[in-house]
Amino acid sequence: MIVDLNSKKHTKKLTEVTVRFAGDSGDGMQLTGSQFSDTTAAVGNDLSTLPDYPAEIRAPLGTLYGVSGFQLHFSSNDIHTPGDRPDVLVAMNPAALKKNISELKKGGIIIVNTDSFDARNLKLAHYESNPLEDDSLKGYESYPVPITSLTIKALEGSKLSVKEVTRSKNFFALGLMYWLYNRPLENTISWIKDKFKNKADLADANLKALKAGYNFGEITELFETRYEVDKAKLPAGTYRSISGNEATALGFLAASVKSKLPLFLGSYPITPASDILQFLSTYKNFGVKTFQAEDEIAGITSAIGASFAGSLALTTTSGPGLALKTEAMGLAVMTELPLVIVNVQRGGPSTGLPTKTEQADLLQAVYGRNGEAPIPVIAASTPSDCFNMAFEASRIAVKFMTPVILLTDGYLANGSEPWRIPHANEIPDFPVNFRTDSEGFHPYLRDENLSRPWTKPGTPGLEHRIGGLEKANITGNVSYDPENHDLMVRLRQQKINNIANDIPELSVDGEQQGEVLVLGWGGTYGSIKEAVMHVRNRGHKVSQAHFRYINPFPKNTSEVLKKFNKILVPEINLGQLSKILKSEFLAPVVSFNKVRGLPLRTSDIEDKILELLGEKK
Amino acid sequence: MEEKVKTQLKFTAKDFASDQEVRWCPGCGDYSILAQVQRSFPDIIEKEKEKVVWISGIGCSSRFPYYMNTYGFHSIHGRAPAIATGVKVANPELSVWVATGDGDLLSIGGNHFIHACRRNIDLKVLLFNNKIYGLTKGQYSPTSEVGKKTKTSPYGSIDYPFNPISVALGSDSTFIARTIDTNPKHMQTIIKRAADHKGFAFIEIFQNCVIFNDGAFDSYSDKSVRDENLLFLEHNQPMLFGAKKDKGLKLVGTKPVVININEPGNSVNDVLVHNEFDDSPVLSMILSHLSDSPNMPVPIGVFRQIMKTTYDEAVANQIAEVKKIKGEGDLEKLLFAGSTWEVN
Ligand SMILES: Cc1ncc(C[n+]2csc(CCOP(=O)(O)OP(=O)(O)O)c2C)c(N)n1
Ligand code: SF4
Repeated sequence: MIVDLNSKKHTKKLTEVTVRFAGDSGDGMQLTGSQFSDTTAAVGNDLSTLPDYPAEIRAPLGTLYGVSGFQLHFSSNDIHTPGDRPDVLVAMNPAALKKNISELKKGGIIIVNTDSFDARNLKLAHYESNPLEDDSLKGYESYPVPITSLTIKALEGSKLSVKEVTRSKNFFALGLMYWLYNRPLENTISWIKDKFKNKADLADANLKALKAGYNFGEITELFETRYEVDKAKLPAGTYRSISGNEATALGFLAASVKSKLPLFLGSYPITPASDILQFLSTYKNFGVKTFQAEDEIAGITSAIGASFAGSLALTTTSGPGLALKTEAMGLAVMTELPLVIVNVQRGGPSTGLPTKTEQADLLQAVYGRNGEAPIPVIAASTPSDCFNMAFEASRIAVKFMTPVILLTDGYLANGSEPWRIPHANEIPDFPVNFRTDSEGFHPYLRDENLSRPWTKPGTPGLEHRIGGLEKANITGNVSYDPENHDLMVRLRQQKINNIANDIPELSVDGEQQGEVLVLGWGGTYGSIKEAVMHVRNRGHKVSQAHFRYINPFPKNTSEVLKKFNKILVPEINLGQLSKILKSEFLAPVVSFNKVRGLPLRTSDIEDKILELLGEKK
Repeated sequence: MEEKVKTQLKFTAKDFASDQEVRWCPGCGDYSILAQVQRSFPDIIEKEKEKVVWISGIGCSSRFPYYMNTYGFHSIHGRAPAIATGVKVANPELSVWVATGDGDLLSIGGNHFIHACRRNIDLKVLLFNNKIYGLTKGQYSPTSEVGKKTKTSPYGSIDYPFNPISVALGSDSTFIARTIDTNPKHMQTIIKRAADHKGFAFIEIFQNCVIFNDGAFDSYSDKSVRDENLLFLEHNQPMLFGAKKDKGLKLVGTKPVVININEPGNSVNDVLVHNEFDDSPVLSMILSHLSDSPNMPVPIGVFRQIMKTTYDEAVANQIAEVKKIKGEGDLEKLLFAGSTWEVN
């Protein structure tokens, strides 16, 4: 423990902290969380976030199902997950406490807004007695703070209504947390000033509440210690904090610029994919055309039309929407037009858990169509990796004249992390050569990759017809010839197989052969990575590999799988990747599955690895 | 000399015929539609044939694009309007046409149809209405009449049918017309009118399916009766019909009645005058429902044409506007936008 000369209090150094803000959906917890994240990013910590909000927009006040949470893990080391269990819980009401307390680490810190612990709220949270007064918080370090009344007091004389004043209480809580973790206020101050430019009273109230919270930490006898987390040693560069959905949108925009193809997005809003449509519709000055269609089917078919007309065409959705797009995906396969289909996976089946994360659409993506309809499937592994994979999806679609499915998920989409921004000139070009020469032209001629020519309507002399009916090889005329169909089915499959020559090999982190390989795909990358690190820190040898390309798999997949005695495959589904690996490679995989609507817990994976290694934790 | 060169350069119907064998049932009304399109196109497309795109869904009628020597896309059931929307928005310079059937457009594709209408995308939609499902071999369609006996309605259909013209009117299509496969001249005129319209154009074409619904339109398409039962809508003309043009449509309140203008007390001045460009859709709606009542004529011609900015234009305008305000997009700037920090 060191003594901060400016403060009477002790400062304790920590390497990492996980904080969870929880409150009513109207309490502004997502805002509080994202402000804390932005400031934390700006002071140079590595971080990862997990917003967790109810499906109801404004559930009745004080109810358990109306609790909104935001978890943030920050560190002076490299980190990869939003953290399993929080060290600190900020609970704005009894329901928030009730819902989150079981997740809190033993001995963790609880900061509660005591003002909201009245009979009514306790009842709504199904508390028999007041947890602040009975023994239920024993074993935690709890700090009761009358956040609402302190906020009201700090804003005395404000012209705002009582309701508006109390709404500032999240900034009080934020200020207090800034004090506790030694973070500067400047970021949030300038954010408030900008956000409430035209609402001076509100700006003033929020600023006062923020500072009051900070000062409260300093003055009150309640806290003896404050904490400090040093900067992380990240690779040099310029950073910004980015969410998966924003990264996806930027990746597509970059692909449009680098291919010189105009971008067209046909989409229908659905959680958690809507942001991509929203972000792209702000990029109009790049010539981006966003079409909010009447439904998912129109979303994808309009994109197919745009692709036919020569645009880099996309459609974005989540599980139920992907189901609706199925028939049109087959059309894109048959017409061999480039198209990117993004599925931001959420809890299913049906409308399932609309605001939660899951990885259970893998089999649907790989196999879910009528007929032999192979579509490349790739998956982003972290929020910022969504940028790379959106770019990759576009590149593959255009090069191989094929629809491509890009899988992300609710956690990646809404979660954020620091992103080392690439300079525009570091991103490779992939110019497209449209066919313009009518000499020897046939719509289903193929190049060395087996891709057919992309020919824009409007090109003189190349008039031709395409469609969903089977094509005669080369001429593209409708053909029901049995031998031709067999040939075309194989050609379309071979074309997709050829993509394996164009993607990176699967790399193994750690020993290249040995006892245990932990193998995942998509958004579980961070949880697996951290679990593997923990196990290694205990002196074990364990390797990790992660799929970003799933159909086709990287060329060396079989080779890698053969080198390990045990292959652990953690997934947020009931073993979908496992199933594919078993059928394609006859690999001896051990599945680890938890389908809770949340990222996998590092500790759970860790336990499983240790079990495989024959050690009890 | 110059004149001659011009005439030589003009396309003929043949230029729009592809090398594919046409495979509709002999006698199918679709042949007439194909012929009238190919005959009208030289007047519509004077150069740059490559700018023409035909898009269809699934059905007998949707085979249409294969037979046109233009760009074409035979897609999936019901989705032609949505695909066409993507084509037109992506490249507004293209002349985008949709060939579709009553099942294709109004059943599985109903949603896309009404939304394409309301957006006023510059598409030309030709509905081949044979009041039956042809390709799937004779089930009732959303335009089949109540009581229609088909393979799936052996005791008579109990569905009330859609009225395609009023659906289009109700969805604010900016050009709405009807024509008939047995009247080639009329069909050609209507196709050219649709081509001239800037915006969404909808043409309902009565098309005889000789196999599954033969004679569905006989009471007004057959030469012997058509003068009696068809009302040719013409702008600024009184709505007269009948072999002797002595019957006229009169409005009593909102109720249309038929009068004989030669009978005492009646005159041609009592007869409604057609105004295609009426801002209000009310009269067109009344006309579209005319034949719901017995002894009323069936109107054909242009019901309504109004002008509004098209969707594809609006997309381009908005992009231009945003560029003016924000400046041409700069990837580097966008990547580095917002709050960033340096790590050394
Ligand atoms: C998704 C889907 N559902 C059903 C069908 C089967 N189907 C093909 S055409 C058709 C109806 C066509 O009727 P219509 O549009 O009136 O065209 P017509 O054949 O009479 O020209 C149906 C139901 C299909 N191809 N796809
Ligand atoms: S089934 Fe009917 S609509 Fe289809 S081609 Fe034959 S006649 Fe024409």
